[in-house]
Amino acid sequence: MSRQANRGTESKKMSSELFTLTYGALVTQLCKDYENDEDVNKQLDKMGYNIGVRLIEDFLARSNVGKCHDFRETADVIAKVAFKMYLGITPSITNWSPAGDEFSLILENNPLVDFVELPDNHSSLIYSNLLCGVLRGALEMVQMAVEAKFVQDTLKGDGVTEIRMRFIRRIEDNLPAGEE
Amino acid sequence: MVDTVLFELLHTEMVAELCTHDPDLDPGPGGQKMNLLVLEGMGFRVGQALGERLPREMLAFREELDVLKFLCKDLWMAVFQKQMDSLRTNHQGTYVLQDNSFPLLVRMGSGLQYLEEAPKFLAFTCGLLCGTLSTLGIKSLVTASVAALPACKFQVVIQRF
Repeated sequence: MSRQANRGTESKKMSSELFTLTYGALVTQLCKDYENDEDVNKQLDKMGYNIGVRLIEDFLARSNVGKCHDFRETADVIAKVAFKMYLGITPSITNWSPAGDEFSLILENNPLVDFVELPDNHSSLIYSNLLCGVLRGALEMVQMAVEAKFVQDTLKGDGVTEIRMRFIRRIEDNLPAGEE
Repeated sequence: MVDTVLFELLHTEMVAELCTHDPDLDPGPGGQKMNLLVLEGMGFRVGQALGERLPREMLAFREELDVLKFLCKDLWMAVFQKQMDSLRTNHQGTYVLQDNSFPLLVRMGSGLQYLEEAPKFLAFTCGLLCGTLSTLGIKSLVTASVAALPACKFQVVIQRF
């Protein structure tokens, strides 16, 4: 609940508890509203996308990050600047594909999952799927079509949480492709 | 530490999700009310959990007024990084908490233009207050009203038995 000194333009910090708990309440509600976990995953991704397309504006305005020239640079900015700024963590970047179009973000401690235990009957729920939507939405606004997905998750007993990022193509037109 | 922008955007998405999508496909005035109740319910759960994570000595409040002061100062600070602007009471269990620039409304604009939309953005916070109070052992009814954005008033009516 402490405030940090100003970094760049306005930057207000809050304890992660409120955010984590609110997110938890949202997931709980979606699990009630939708019959199966797949639909919840889809909904979380969609909401994340909507957040991402707005968050990127805030990010660019506050971070002084210019245009990234390759996917490696993008990976660095995501892990070291964006995650740090918004969630207060710095994931590590590993597992580059030989072509340089895929990498993994390893999250040691995911603030979204504090106080969470997945019940047995939600084994296919991707609890933090909102993050994938955020990444996809934000990058789409800077003309990069990517795919983001969880391939490992500590909630499901894996040792680490891993988000796999795959570059699909550069978006030439300004129009975002038919997203809902 | 999480950036507040993230919470604000998540809140906006929750409002959008719940107020456009209706699981029961039940249109009409009842539908909207239900959705506000759902948002309020989510706020309640969050408030309850937040209340549990407050420092222990907070649970030893004796005076109701102290609890309300605590909401205005510490809770508001933790959630919105500011204090409530004023607290009034009739000393009969009704309290009015006023925030002259409520953070979840600030970005919407100022004046009357989006007044109709405002209740959707207050339901979660009403629940939050009510939930925190409930953890502190106080049953209450919390409602919010807006005369002009971004100022709003939360009315807390303590339920006694």
